[in-house]
Amino acid sequence: MNTTNDTTNGTASGTTALLEMRGVNTHYGAVHILKDVEFAIYPGELVCLLGGNASGKSTTLKTLLGMVTPTTGDVFLNGEVVTKESISYRVERGVTMVPENRRLFKRLSVKDNLKLGAFLRKNRSEIDADLERIFTMFPRVKERLSQKAGTLSGGEQQMVAMGRALMSDPKVLLMDEPSMGLAPALVQTNFELIQQIHSEGVAIFVVEQNANMALSIADRGWVLQTGRVVLDDTADALLANPDLRASYLGEG
Amino acid sequence: MPPPVHVKSQTVRRRTGVDIFLLIMKVAMSGFVILGFLMFIGQQIDPNNFIASRINPDATGLTAAQFEGLIISGLSQGAMYGLIALGYSMVYGVLGFINFAHGEVFMVGAMTGMITSNKFDDAGLWESNFLLSLAIVLLIAIICSTLTAVTMERVAYRRLRGSPRLIPLITSIGVSFFLQNVSIALLGPRAKTYPALPDWLSKKRELLGFISIDGPRLLVLIVATVAMLALWFLIEKTRTGKAMRAVAEDKEIASLMGINVNRTIVTTFAVGGAMAGVAGILWGLLFRSVTAVTGFLPGIKAFSAAVVGGIGNMGGAMAGGVTLGGAESVAPLVLLEPWGINGVSQLKDAVAFLVLIFVLLVKPTGLFGERLSSEDRA
Repeated sequence: MNTTNDTTNGTASGTTALLEMRGVNTHYGAVHILKDVEFAIYPGELVCLLGGNASGKSTTLKTLLGMVTPTTGDVFLNGEVVTKESISYRVERGVTMVPENRRLFKRLSVKDNLKLGAFLRKNRSEIDADLERIFTMFPRVKERLSQKAGTLSGGEQQMVAMGRALMSDPKVLLMDEPSMGLAPALVQTNFELIQQIHSEGVAIFVVEQNANMALSIADRGWVLQTGRVVLDDTADALLANPDLRASYLGEG
Repeated sequence: MPPPVHVKSQTVRRRTGVDIFLLIMKVAMSGFVILGFLMFIGQQIDPNNFIASRINPDATGLTAAQFEGLIISGLSQGAMYGLIALGYSMVYGVLGFINFAHGEVFMVGAMTGMITSNKFDDAGLWESNFLLSLAIVLLIAIICSTLTAVTMERVAYRRLRGSPRLIPLITSIGVSFFLQNVSIALLGPRAKTYPALPDWLSKKRELLGFISIDGPRLLVLIVATVAMLALWFLIEKTRTGKAMRAVAEDKEIASLMGINVNRTIVTTFAVGGAMAGVAGILWGLLFRSVTAVTGFLPGIKAFSAAVVGGIGNMGGAMAGGVTLGGAESVAPLVLLEPWGINGVSQLKDAVAFLVLIFVLLVKPTGLFGERLSSEDRA
């Protein structure tokens, strides 16, 4: 909880950030989406980015992954500038996203889905070891291995989506709206899965509208409003913050 | 996620005039097929039975050998349709549009095969060393048709990637005409012939003791089977194939897995082109005559085969090809002739497209197609 309030402005502390944005501005045509966005994610952290609709959350994710190139500013991965690098370059070096609504390859088997997560990896024995690790984490997935992913229940699909992301052996996992469009019970499971993965040492960056849920598991968070980071604090402080309560928790 | 409103509206939807019309069509077509088949059975039992003597007085019935011949020619024809259909289906799967110029890729294969095989024939190798020459001819044709397909994608379709699907579709019709005219400009409008197959190959053969089959048709079946097995291996067992299937389903997520989507699309065109090239050679060997518009009708029929099998589905494309080829060959004599229709063997093409209409009436997604929700096809 009390790790890093002083390190958000770059590499002030000794450790290098896993993933970092510095002074990022992103435009879609003439529309200015992200405005001087800066934040950093450190190894083993569980952090969240909160924001309402059209606040720039998905653009932030796309910029981090390289689906969108920022107009100015830079993205760092393990201290290396990756602003101009391809998605696969970044995936190979440890960033993966679990997309909103899971987005499994529905017509492919669960096994193929998981193996596609490891598409860029070459070492077979390591891949198999990770597959086993996912089976111990989610035993249900192992039972469904040859089934088409589209035929699984929502909860199982979520496990496969996370398993698929883990198959790329990520250092940091980006979660796009893990509570979006899910039944409350499933949201609960989902966040438990996130904590479970986090306990294995993977840094996690949750992008959410559901501030309560995200802050209940995160160490710290940022609040994005019309493309600008307006709040940056520990999770507890954010939960107590009256401004946040007013704008995101529907109070006041 | 949208609530399942559409499901509800479907169950309470009123039956419209169109539904009734479609139902009548279904019943009429099924009835026509079933009655035709029953009368065919009747003719086989007694060519002069009382129904046949009224409706089809010339009825003679088919001998077992004739029937076998129909099935084998249907199979070999269908195998070629299937090979071409794969290209339509794969490109549709990945890009969601019908590449109408694919028939011309097939024509390029057939033309290249014609040129090279005639060169081999001039050198005398076609007769003396047939299998080796065939392998080289196949290789050259595959290279040419693959290059055609890949160039097509690069020049005509890539820029249109983000545009509405109707636009690449119309472009593909333009590409199709362009390639036909290039062929006319380079090789002239007249039909060109393949050299005759060596005698040892073109004679009839006995298989398993009871099937007799023309050598060339046997060759077609063997080469087509090998090509399909190779494709199946590529799609199901290799990394490239896995990437192709992932891109077909969701390009954005595929790219998140680190798959190079552009390269995978090019590979898809290349593989489809190679299959069309193989089909082109087989077509040439079997019918021996090619023109600049050779690609048109087989192209349209292969497209129908892809739709019949369920577009976007590999196995479906093959099954659709064999279904269409088989129907085209068997149905005129078995289902139409008992109705007393004259000149039934001229009706092959009509039969092929009736099969398409019938399948779309009964199972709009095709034989092996899966229902594509709007979510899948976004």
